[in-house]
Amino acid sequence: MTVKVLRRVLILVVSLLVASIVVFLFMAVLPGDPAQVALGVNATPALLAKTRAEFGIDQPLVTQYLRWIGGVLHGDFGRSYVTRDAIGPQLLDRLGVTLWLVGAGMVVALVIAVPVGTFAAVRHRKPSGVTVSGLSQIGVAIPAFLAGIILVQIFAVQLRWLPSGGWTPPDQNLGEFLRGLVLPALSLGLVQGAVLTRYVRSAVLDTLGQDYLRTARSKGLLPGQALFRHGLRNASVPVVTVLGLQLATLLIGAVVVERVFVLPGLGSLLLDAVSSRDLLTVQGIVLVLVAGVLLVNFVVDVLYTVLDPRLRGS
Amino acid sequence: MKGRIHAAALALLLVVSGCSAGSSASVASGPDTLSVGFTAEPASFDFTHADGAAIPQALLYNVYEGLVKLDASGHVVPLLAKSWTISPDRKTYDFQLQPGVKFSNGAPFTAADVKFSLLRVKTDWTISVKSAMDVVDHVDVVSPEHARVVLAKPSNGWLFSLTSRIGAMFSPTGVADLANKPVGTGPYEVASRRRGDSIVLQENPAYWGRKPAYRTVVLKYIADPTALNNALLSNGIDVISSLTSADSILQFQGDTRFTVVQGTTNSEVTLAFNNKRAPLNDTRVRQALTYAIDRKAVLDLVFNGRGTLIGSMVPPTDPWYEDLSKVYPYDPGKAKQLLAQASVKNLNLRLRIPNLPYAVSAAQVVQSQLAEVGVGTTIETLDFPAVWLKQVFTDHDYDLSIVQHVEARDITTFGKPSYYWGYDSKRVQQLLAEADSGTTEQQVADMKLVARQLNTDAAADWLFLFPNVIVAKTKVTGFAPNQVSESFDLTGLRPR
Repeated sequence: MTVKVLRRVLILVVSLLVASIVVFLFMAVLPGDPAQVALGVNATPALLAKTRAEFGIDQPLVTQYLRWIGGVLHGDFGRSYVTRDAIGPQLLDRLGVTLWLVGAGMVVALVIAVPVGTFAAVRHRKPSGVTVSGLSQIGVAIPAFLAGIILVQIFAVQLRWLPSGGWTPPDQNLGEFLRGLVLPALSLGLVQGAVLTRYVRSAVLDTLGQDYLRTARSKGLLPGQALFRHGLRNASVPVVTVLGLQLATLLIGAVVVERVFVLPGLGSLLLDAVSSRDLLTVQGIVLVLVAGVLLVNFVVDVLYTVLDPRLRGS
Repeated sequence: MKGRIHAAALALLLVVSGCSAGSSASVASGPDTLSVGFTAEPASFDFTHADGAAIPQALLYNVYEGLVKLDASGHVVPLLAKSWTISPDRKTYDFQLQPGVKFSNGAPFTAADVKFSLLRVKTDWTISVKSAMDVVDHVDVVSPEHARVVLAKPSNGWLFSLTSRIGAMFSPTGVADLANKPVGTGPYEVASRRRGDSIVLQENPAYWGRKPAYRTVVLKYIADPTALNNALLSNGIDVISSLTSADSILQFQGDTRFTVVQGTTNSEVTLAFNNKRAPLNDTRVRQALTYAIDRKAVLDLVFNGRGTLIGSMVPPTDPWYEDLSKVYPYDPGKAKQLLAQASVKNLNLRLRIPNLPYAVSAAQVVQSQLAEVGVGTTIETLDFPAVWLKQVFTDHDYDLSIVQHVEARDITTFGKPSYYWGYDSKRVQQLLAEADSGTTEQQVADMKLVARQLNTDAAADWLFLFPNVIVAKTKVTGFAPNQVSESFDLTGLRPR
């Protein structure tokens, strides 16, 4: 088990390193001169050259990469070309917003998927179960941003119950924070919930057909009781895997939803940084996002072995 | 199982309805608080080092003040200078300063600060507009309330550029951390900023002039136009500083909760011709393309007919404005004739545009209208600003492009042959130089000639002037309809 985990850690580190190189190279081939964008339309060649030297983008790519990754390993993400501020603290600040959003989206998704998926599985031969799985099929087809736009139209523009966007930190005003989080979390979570519902349904269906559940039933337990006491833990193994994979989708969905709801998270920072060719900031954000996805996969792998003793092996 | 599902569904409903019960979704509200929505956020507060329109839009006239300011009809009017005189050789400017003015850090504002601020542009500023200060030879502190600026050569453009960020007054005690802590003499101070979200301006209690009606102004930054509109519709903001798409005007127009204010800007939406490159170096070809395009149709499609047809690089708020929009009426027949005279056949041009909504819609009309006179165009959409700046603006790698020219009095760009227009006319260069050094009357006369010459040469096709459309809750009044300065001037706004 320890060896397995160690091997996973090694894979994680190598993946991160490769990802950092790929991210860096992508930025290097992106057309457009960061110095030109920073200086505007009347920039003189002398000033451009000076600014390029200041940013270090006149150096060979290898030097640029080593300088960047060396800094990152020490927790220093460099300074933004545009704002000239340290990128690290800014990333941390924006990551906080994105994590609240993803977390809340995940809660909404689970609150929908677990009961609805189980219901659809238990009643899979009855009209109500079939209807529910049909509905989840439709949910899967709606992108998060579209859900967001529809929710804003109904709850913000028409009914004016909730803000159409904007962010209040929880420590500043908890009520406003929650009100602001409802629509973005719903638009992320509804779609994810629909996706997860289908996995929960098939996992529970699978479990329902297992021998040990039949044994439990024959001991006199009701179907629901049998499922809760013995089945759900087993059904959770594939669901946790999917959850991990979906977390990556959720992160990407969050980038778009942040734009719709004007949330100052990593996604909106990324879009702004790309359009202003703030390359160091883009590199930092993408690296953090990639690291997030890889970490989640790592945790899922480890959890997998914990949840299912059969997978522990030697 | 059934019971649990119901409970979960109920819980979800409670989360939604519980949070939404009752109240409206406005920001920190109150009668003396105003919330204004913008699309572009300032990267920092330091417009001496960071370029872009968003910083002066937020800070100029509100936090920073200059000796002079530009009023809504485009006139240079007094601000920190009570009055000024210009010597007969037009090189010496004597400014009499407002007494009793203080910076927001408590330091008094005197002629020494004028000298410090103007000369600092030459030494410390890094953005390119700083070149407007090159013409200053030296500054004398005659007395604390009298500053004398001596230019190396006469320049009308210099006084005008003092109305922009170039003319902002700084204190030597307030420039330590410009990117985070602006110190100016204006009616507001920066109270806080949340990156990616908002800037809060608070009334400057020691302000020398008339107190602003709103003690707190929240500048909300919402990049997506739809989200910006939704914020106003759902009480998130009180004002949309500038509407970027015409489609959304309709939803505000019929609604008694809102007022729509329309005026003009300095922003010419221009179909640029690469004047250096064949066959566009032939005046007849450029004229032909100008005849071939129905500018009214472009304006109708791009901005629902709102905006102004101009015909040269001059907005109506400049003193030398003349309506030249009818010199080249839409006439495909004439266009074909001119192309035949220039013996141009099977022309195919690269129309390289920024990926911005107005440019994308305008390009489609231009393409179909040029096709009617037998000119093919390939539309290439370039990422703005990075790729467009590099390839079209810097490398001049294009035949046609469409972009807004937002700067005030940017007609002078036609005096620079190295500019991306590739337009090189000795007569225009000479007239521009004469206009800059002459008296006010000479300036107006010369600039009229420049505008007419550009029009005659079809140096570009000025599709239309972008309108300034402000949408606000009915309770807010005092908007200047025209957006002619770099500032979104908050000082005139007041509750109904």
